[in-house]
Amino acid sequence: MTTSTTSDGRSATGEADDGQLLLPELVAHLRENRTALRREWANRITDADLLTSMTPQEVFSEATSVYDNYVGVLETGSVEALQDYARDLSERIIPRGVETEEVVGIVLLLRDVLARSLFEKYHQDFGLLNRVLDAYEPAANRIANTVAVSFVQERERVIRQQQEAIRELSTPVLQVRERLLILPIIGVLDGQRAQQLTEQLLGGIRRHRAKVVVVDVTGVPEVDAAVANHLVQTVDASRLMGAGVIITGLSSEIAQTLVRIGVDLTKMNTVGDLQGGIEEAERLLGFKVTRPTDDLR
Amino acid sequence: MTFAEPDPPQEPLRVSILSQGSYLIASIHTALNDSQLTRFQRDLIDRIGRDRARGVVIDVAALDVLDSFGSRTLRDIARAGRLRGAVTVIVGIAPDLALSMVRLGLDLDLPTALDLEEGLAHLAAATGAGVVGGAAAAGTVPR
Repeated sequence: MTTSTTSDGRSATGEADDGQLLLPELVAHLRENRTALRREWANRITDADLLTSMTPQEVFSEATSVYDNYVGVLETGSVEALQDYARDLSERIIPRGVETEEVVGIVLLLRDVLARSLFEKYHQDFGLLNRVLDAYEPAANRIANTVAVSFVQERERVIRQQQEAIRELSTPVLQVRERLLILPIIGVLDGQRAQQLTEQLLGGIRRHRAKVVVVDVTGVPEVDAAVANHLVQTVDASRLMGAGVIITGLSSEIAQTLVRIGVDLTKMNTVGDLQGGIEEAERLLGFKVTRPTDDLR
Repeated sequence: MTFAEPDPPQEPLRVSILSQGSYLIASIHTALNDSQLTRFQRDLIDRIGRDRARGVVIDVAALDVLDSFGSRTLRDIARAGRLRGAVTVIVGIAPDLALSMVRLGLDLDLPTALDLEEGLAHLAAATGAGVVGGAAAAGTVPR
C-alpha cells in the first residue's frame, strides 16, 4: 500500500472515496491526537481491569508503543514490525501471567477508542464517516488478529519450551557410586517419555561408564503394554552395552498389570524397593557398606 | 628376505587383530559386508589357535548397524572360539546400535562389556587370570 501524502482539503470535501487516500488522513489524525488517545486507551485498560499484573506506568508505556506500532501498520500496511513487537511484548508479559483474553481485550479496546475518535471527528458527514470506517475496519481487524496470533504463538512456544524442560528434568540420571546409576522415574510414562528414558539411560551408561543401573518406578502410576515392552527393550539394550538394569518399586497394580498383559519380565532383575535395588547393585559391584560400630566410634 | 604383498591401496584396513598377552583384540573399523565378515571370522578363529589365545575382545564401537548375519557371525565366532579354548566378549556397542538390535530382535547371547578396558577385565575374571587394568569387581553383569 502506498503512503500518499495527506491532503486535508481533498478528503474534507468528500471527494476521495478510496481507502488508499483516506488511510493517510486517518494516520495523520491519529498522530495528531496521539497523546489524548493513548491516555484514553490506557485509562480504558485500567477501567476494564485488564493487565492488572502491570503497573499503570508500564501499561502506559506499552500502550504508547502499541499505539505507535498500530498507527505504523495503518500507514504502511505491513504488519511485520508489529508482529515482531507483539512477539517481543508477549515474551515480556507472558511470564507475568497475562492471559490471552487480556491481550485480545486491550487490542479491541484500542480499536474501539480509535473508532470513537473517528466518529467524533466525522460525525457531521455521515457518508465520509462510512468511507473512513471502510478503510479503517479491515486494517484494524488485521492488526487485532496479528497481535492475538503473535501472542498465542509466543505462548505456545513458551509451553513447548517448558514441556521440554520438564521432560528433561523428569528423567534425571544420577550417579550414586562409581559405575552405579539411578534413574528415578516420576509420573506417567507415555511413549515419548519412555523413548527419552531410553536415550538418557543408554547415554548415561556410556557417559558414566556404568555397570549397574537402578531404574526406580515407584512414582509411576501406571504402565501399558507398549511402555512395558519398551522398558524390556531398554533393559536388553543396556545389557548389550555391558550394563545390568535393576527395576525397583513396581507397584502391586503395575506388577499385576504386567502379569495380566503377559509382558515377559523373567529376564529382568527386579527388586522390591529402591533401597533393596541399591543394595543389590552394590553387591553386584562388590561394594560393602558398613556402619561403624559403637566401640569403634 | 621377502616382504608380504602390501594391501591394495583401494582396500582400507577394515579389521585389525592385535595380540595382547594371552588375549586377542579384534577391532572392526568400518561396516563389513557378508564376505568380509566371513573372512574376519576365519582369520580370527585361525589366530586363536595360532596365538594360543585364552580370550578375545571384539570391538564394534565403529559400527552403527549390525544385521542378523553380523550378529550370527559374532555368535559363531564366540562358539567356535570357545571350542578352541578362548572366551569372547563383545565391547563398544553404541546406544543406537544396542537399541536397533533389540528392536530387530537380534539377541547376541554373548557376554558384552562397555569398552575395551571393561572387556579385558571381563576376560581376566572369566579366565581366572589376574585383573589387567579395569575395575576390581570386574566381569559382566549377571543376568
